[in-house]
Amino acid sequence: MNTQQLPEHPDFLWRNPEPKKSYDAVIVGGGGHGLATAYFLAKNHGMTNIAVLEKGWLAGGNMARNTTIIRSNYLWDESAAIYEHALKLWEILPEELEYDFLFSQRGVMNLAHTLGDVRESMRRVGANKLNGVDAEWLDPKQVKELCPILNISDNIRYPVMGATYQPRAGIAKHDHVAWAFARKCDEMGVDIIQNCEVTGFIKDGNRVTGVKTSRGTINTEKVGLCAAGHSSVLAEMAGFELPIQSHPLQALVSELHEPVHPTVVMSNHVHVYVSQAHKGELVMGAGVDSYNGYGQRGSFHVIEHQMAAAVELFPIFARAHVLRTWGGIVDTTLDASPIVGNTPVENMFVNCGWGTGGFKGTPAAGLTFAHNIATGTPHELNRPFALERFETGALIDEHGAAAVAH
Amino acid sequence: MLLISCPNCGSRDETEFHYGGQAHVAYPENPNELNDKEWAHFLFYRENTKGIFAERWLHSTGCRQWFNMLRDTVTYDIKAVYPMGTPRPDAAGKSTAETGTASLAADSTTTGTAAPSISGTSIAPAATPASTTAPKGATK
Repeated sequence: MNTQQLPEHPDFLWRNPEPKKSYDAVIVGGGGHGLATAYFLAKNHGMTNIAVLEKGWLAGGNMARNTTIIRSNYLWDESAAIYEHALKLWEILPEELEYDFLFSQRGVMNLAHTLGDVRESMRRVGANKLNGVDAEWLDPKQVKELCPILNISDNIRYPVMGATYQPRAGIAKHDHVAWAFARKCDEMGVDIIQNCEVTGFIKDGNRVTGVKTSRGTINTEKVGLCAAGHSSVLAEMAGFELPIQSHPLQALVSELHEPVHPTVVMSNHVHVYVSQAHKGELVMGAGVDSYNGYGQRGSFHVIEHQMAAAVELFPIFARAHVLRTWGGIVDTTLDASPIVGNTPVENMFVNCGWGTGGFKGTPAAGLTFAHNIATGTPHELNRPFALERFETGALIDEHGAAAVAH
Repeated sequence: MLLISCPNCGSRDETEFHYGGQAHVAYPENPNELNDKEWAHFLFYRENTKGIFAERWLHSTGCRQWFNMLRDTVTYDIKAVYPMGTPRPDAAGKSTAETGTASLAADSTTTGTAAPSISGTSIAPAATPASTTAPKGATK
């Protein structure tokens, strides 16, 4: 083929600069959270002499591997506040970033299959309403009306006894979200440096003063860690510990289908979550593999289990084919809530522990973490998510409370 | 799917087992003397090693016995399987009992054994908070 027949290469959305000798702040991790943090540092705090360092390629980790679900129907006040703030940001970001990442507020349904589920769900709907989060309780008939392909008959092992529904929740195209943030960051002068692995930190006493990378040493006044599954590795380099365990989390897609699935359906109990992407793939995920892992892959029986759940809930999927499966490395905490705040190292800040649900939190993580880095003190929204909570006992225990399939 | 060699039952699919997290985490010897920071470390902080990791598994649908395993958390290769209460073997997979080196034998009294049989471990409160969980040497 003659190359002249090909169209012009589209414009690049960001530069690929060489790292400078020094920056006012360095963000480690060029995924959604790192890019959002850089964006809000530049936009809200006027810090544009900053760099985002990415070991691989931009947004090639969990940002490219999640199932793109966005919702804010968490039980506890602290979680509802930060996730609802994120949801409000999702609603305005396409315009603010001047980039349409197809945020589709098609609603998220969390199914109840046992009496315990029903009670927990109704309690959560009440808690959500008190926190200004849109939430409804649906009976099985209403579930069927919203999602006709769901099997609500009582001849399955765990019949659908109802669901909570958040109409403002939905999905977005995750790659486009990253590109939107990256483009704006670049416009404001932020250096996005890919293929730049952090290999160590330079400290003066207990204060961080620089970052050693595969592309040379970079001096900086402040460091923000946004490395998700690799947060423990970075913390160890910096000389402190995090209460994080890294696990593989798998997801899968089918081949393309006609639109059949109008919303997002999550089930804790039979353990699967399903939506249909804009292009038509059925997108599914479930829980983590039980063992610690950094391998970006998991065991097949986990996929098999979630497929079994999906086929029972959606009999129409029985003849669909799995197109591909993959894994990411998620950073889980024991209370299933993130850690955003200061660290034992001066001028070093950490944003991690978002576990299986970091994508939906991206804008709020960026906003609050940028505030924390710029001012040295937490934003009101991330104050409860400090590392110290594991010592004070003020845990935000969303395990089993957050409609979340961990 | 991991293929795990249970020390009692032989090779079985991963689905027969349950994961038990980091091995060699001893219960604090003097729990009443721990401060909040030390308790936090015992309760919430575990090694999150990228590489060879010592961890516990339970053969829940087989012999229902716990055992320890060395596994690479990047490749998922299983390097060694060894009984509860014995020290961590070296990374090559030989047990310390077989090699009997002085340095590893020392480990067995300071870090390796299950909680009830700890005698040599002194968990000094306040002075060394990290020692409320397994000392570094236990998993590295």
